[in-house]
Amino acid sequence: MGQETNTPAIESVAAQVKELESRIAALESKGDKLTMVLFSGDFDKAMAAFIIANGAIAMGREVTIFVTFWGLDVIKKANFSTAGRGFLEKMVLMMRPKGAGKLATSQMNFGGIGPKLFQFMMKQHNVEQLESLINMAIEYGVRIVACKMSVDLMGIKESDLLDGVEYGGVAAFLGDAYDGQVTMFI
Amino acid sequence: MSDIKADEIIDLKGLNCPMPMLKTKKALQNTTAGKILQVEITDAGSKSDMPALLKRSGDELLEVKEAGGVYTFLIKKK
Repeated sequence: MGQETNTPAIESVAAQVKELESRIAALESKGDKLTMVLFSGDFDKAMAAFIIANGAIAMGREVTIFVTFWGLDVIKKANFSTAGRGFLEKMVLMMRPKGAGKLATSQMNFGGIGPKLFQFMMKQHNVEQLESLINMAIEYGVRIVACKMSVDLMGIKESDLLDGVEYGGVAAFLGDAYDGQVTMFI
Repeated sequence: MSDIKADEIIDLKGLNCPMPMLKTKKALQNTTAGKILQVEITDAGSKSDMPALLKRSGDELLEVKEAGGVYTFLIKKK
């Protein structure tokens, strides 16, 4: 008799415990996310972004890199055709580097010699090259979200950017940023 | 010399940040609980990186040794 009356109470307590457990888990996982804005298309700054991203992955964090404006140069493919764009779009695309291998450094660029120098020095020091850091990041599940507005503005097509890149807007960035405790603007 | 016996030796000598941490993490993922990994790294930054990494992963750092520029970490998988 007593058991029958108790069952609904136990069930509701169990449901409450379950709900609390999931809320605690949500709270605990908060702060496990790293969100970055990669605004810069400079070689050195992109290096910093992807070294931090890979380090965060090693530490078991979820990482989202929101790529906007000049940062889009970093995630362009090395080769793509600018066919089918307007005059201004073509001009901008032609003046910007195609992909991580062609970026300029923020300091000591020397008309493109700087990055080659740094790449050589990185090889000497056995530092991973930017392209492979980017590939590793994608492979390990770093979300790379390209700002759709900048992509459209610059006349970039989705096929110009690396495979695995997602598209989003400011809400996609903020949504992830609110879920984490670490946000960077590079 | 310590008397802790490693189950597996991971040679990450010559690699630089962030590779030693990524490869350590991967090695820990690929092993089973209770196993002891001996990770050898020449990147001096790993001296502070490794405790930070393991604090988050929950795996136990049993011992750190440095000899001739090589850092040897003994890690017990959680």
